[in-house]
Amino acid sequence: MPKDHGIGASPKRREDVRFLTGAGQYTDDINVYGQTYVHFLRSDVAHGRINSVNTEVASAMPGVVRIFTGADFDGIGGLPCGWQVTDKHGEPMKEPAHPVLAQGKVRHVGDPIAAVVAESLEEARNAAEAIEVDIEELPAAVNMKAALAEGAPKVHDDLSDNLCYDWQFGSDQADVDAAFEKAAHVTTLELVNNRLVANPMEPRVALGDYSRANDESTLYTTSQNPHVIRLLMGAFVLGIPEHKLRVVAPDVGGGFGTKIFHYAEEAFCTFAARQINRPVKWTSTRSEAFMSDAHGRDHVTKIELALDAENNFIGLRTDTLANMGAYLSTFSSSVPTWLHGTLMAGNYKTPAIQVNVKAVFTNTVPVDAYRGAGRPEATFQLERLVDKAARELGVDPIALRRQNFITSFPYETPVAVAYDTGDYVATMDKLEEMIDRAGFDARRKESEAKGKLRGLGINCYIEACGIAPSNLVGQLGARAGLYDAATVRVNATGSISVMVGAHSHGQGHETAFPQVVAEMLGIDESMIDIVHGDSSKIPFGMGTYGSRSLAVCGSAMVRATEKIINKAKKIAGHLLEASEADIELKDGQFTVAGTDKSVAWGDVTLAAYVPHNYPLEDIEPGLEETAFYDPSNFTYPAGAYACEVELDPETGKVTIERFAAADDFGNVVNPMIVEGQVHGGLAQGIGQALLETCSYDEDGQLLSASYMDYAMPRADDVPFYAVDHSCATPCTHNPLGVKGCGEAGAIGSPPAVVNAVIDALHSGGHTQVTHIDMPVSPGRVWAAMHG
Amino acid sequence: MTDVTMTVNGKPVTRSVRGNTLMTEFLREELRLTGTHVGCDTSQCGACVIHVNGADVKACTMFAAEAEGAEVTTIEGMANADGSLNVIQQAFQDHHGLQCGFCTPGMVMTAAALLRDNPRPTEHEIRDYLEGNICRCTGYHNIVKAIMAASGQDVSAIAAE
Ligand code: FES
Ligand code: FES
Repeated sequence: MPKDHGIGASPKRREDVRFLTGAGQYTDDINVYGQTYVHFLRSDVAHGRINSVNTEVASAMPGVVRIFTGADFDGIGGLPCGWQVTDKHGEPMKEPAHPVLAQGKVRHVGDPIAAVVAESLEEARNAAEAIEVDIEELPAAVNMKAALAEGAPKVHDDLSDNLCYDWQFGSDQADVDAAFEKAAHVTTLELVNNRLVANPMEPRVALGDYSRANDESTLYTTSQNPHVIRLLMGAFVLGIPEHKLRVVAPDVGGGFGTKIFHYAEEAFCTFAARQINRPVKWTSTRSEAFMSDAHGRDHVTKIELALDAENNFIGLRTDTLANMGAYLSTFSSSVPTWLHGTLMAGNYKTPAIQVNVKAVFTNTVPVDAYRGAGRPEATFQLERLVDKAARELGVDPIALRRQNFITSFPYETPVAVAYDTGDYVATMDKLEEMIDRAGFDARRKESEAKGKLRGLGINCYIEACGIAPSNLVGQLGARAGLYDAATVRVNATGSISVMVGAHSHGQGHETAFPQVVAEMLGIDESMIDIVHGDSSKIPFGMGTYGSRSLAVCGSAMVRATEKIINKAKKIAGHLLEASEADIELKDGQFTVAGTDKSVAWGDVTLAAYVPHNYPLEDIEPGLEETAFYDPSNFTYPAGAYACEVELDPETGKVTIERFAAADDFGNVVNPMIVEGQVHGGLAQGIGQALLETCSYDEDGQLLSASYMDYAMPRADDVPFYAVDHSCATPCTHNPLGVKGCGEAGAIGSPPAVVNAVIDALHSGGHTQVTHIDMPVSPGRVWAAMHG
Repeated sequence: MTDVTMTVNGKPVTRSVRGNTLMTEFLREELRLTGTHVGCDTSQCGACVIHVNGADVKACTMFAAEAEGAEVTTIEGMANADGSLNVIQQAFQDHHGLQCGFCTPGMVMTAAALLRDNPRPTEHEIRDYLEGNICRCTGYHNIVKAIMAASGQDVSAIAAE
């Protein structure tokens, strides 16, 4: 019988009622009395020197309150990068300035030049058109290889070149060289991980407000982590002490990473509101989002696998160029390094691994974490490569993987991480059952009878989630701790508010988190509410990304609840005149062990707040506890995915016929929500594989700047998915045994799709095709077939 | 400015609007009905779908003045008279057909229009009809499933919740 409440049950989401009735409160739904509107005048060239910005005429236009330019930000901090990577020579990465409004040069299409604050949006837009900007267009660095070439245009004049860092990581050089020297076979693959735009359906919004009476600023913003924004903006950009700065992220319409970062518009609205002493609101249009939200992926990689004569993996070597865009976004530098290099072992016991990454500045929008962040790039390379190796060797791709699986845990990889637990054989067994591999040949024949080709692609993945142990990431260059925090406030009548540092923007925390507390206390979930998203209400937590909310913040919540239970048992012991050690808590009743003497949860909570009969000499009144939790390791969700495609050889069009995902997320609190997270990740991964790409022309013009030219997956692009998370090996180091599920689908699915396309082409005799870059569009398939 | 009169969620409203005021702005800013969302500027995403005289319409493609005399329904007008979720809304909750909720009003309004014309749509017909609605969160699995369930079809055989 599935459980109907507590951990492991799937109660309906309580947040749904407000979203289904139009009562959600997203940032754009908030308006503050006296509010003004800002429109940003953005660069329409990729690279140029700003000779002058004349706002005289515009400033006199109707409704204009004030126009700001880069000069208004002289002496004010730029947008900081939160992670300092050290290169292979021991030097820190290059960290160019990132002003809130452009100063001296514009460096990408969309770089903000001026900001018009007006009584209405229309007036702000009209005035922006009257600003006279003299920009001398410069040659742009767009393609990464070209940007690194001698004599390339420099994105930042004060740097020697466009190389941000040259990073190397992994096994000793001698061990890697030896593996390749003694290899019986080496498989090599060059590939592109296409640039993507995260595209949460809610565009970003920022609303800055200022109270002169108490010198307090409030920023309402579409953020996944209000405290991170408060810290970065307050301390590094605007110099506002934290107690004078409140950051609120109310209902947020999806994030997928792109709402982690601290953006110029947030700093601008907060700053301008103080300057003009009125609220300032910015709502991004979708076109603006394409040129101002941090993009994702954009790696170009050469990867090589060395195998011995028995097809054991003995060495792996990668060389990657990673696009940073024009400036370093908040966590950009960590993505191609620590979130990517550390995952290159995958699910395999390859003993020698070396990862090389050059990060490159270009005249494009900054690139940062997007769902999976570094881990999809690692998975795609490795799992395409293993598939290619299997083909070259003429062996079964599943068998080759199984042969090289890591099977005993804990396992220390050559790339610095220690997998605590996993069972890759079990997820692969489960996957084979889910996809009915035995029936594939018959399905292929059916497709062939219709003149179509059918392919089956499989792959494995592993990710490092539950980000992250602070002492470890500190050594690696993180400039923040990555713990989280929760406060459990029990009220006098027994209801509970749990204030959490994690932020829910689709993940259903308001439903899942109470399941955990309810289970621990044995009370009804409806007595518990989650409070999140407002820095003035919640403890200092680091927010939601990297599949961390339950693993890190949930653990903090468990620790705080344990403190509550300890104190409540003391109170119960007093009320029952028994030793605290003899008190048991079950189903919301405190009982003296072995007796029928008991008090209810509500009696104890009331006693805590009305302490007439209370051990005041031993314990304080009240019942509220906070815990901070810093994980001792990452968590390592892993699994195996399969995709079956049909390919029309007449047109090159690929359709997804079946998709199966067997995941190991450790313990699961709410299976319904977990499966929903996987579905969403799969659609994004399938989108990357078949449809999505963000493209620039050689001058740095953004070609995909709306939904007309950036293809988002729609309902008829994807099938029903088969998902399973029954092969669970609980995480060994957090109290819930959970691993995180938010990114898996996006990490694990792209290689399955491409592997399936290659399989289909080979079945049709197109054996010359060894790889097609994503998105695998009909044009690319057709060209590969006839190339 | 011109005066425009219409019925929104059963209530008559009259406001004076500029000729270029979009229906989305009118609903969100004038009437403070913020359930109708704006997700794009090219009429591609469907977050803004409302019903005008019974037909599903992208509110971002229509001027408020064009709704003169019309019966308009937004997501705020979809619940049952007693405030409980209607059949479609309930199916979305039962089958986890939403995550962040941003596309949801448009999805519910579009689904309602579909089911009125086609009370038992197939999976294919549903996916086809949702052509103008983008959801970035759910991967559509549970949206399609919820719409099938709302039309009274047995969805228990569809892979996992
Ligand atoms: S807002 Fe995107 S279609 Fe109307
Ligand atoms: S639920 Fe978030 S976009 Fe659909």
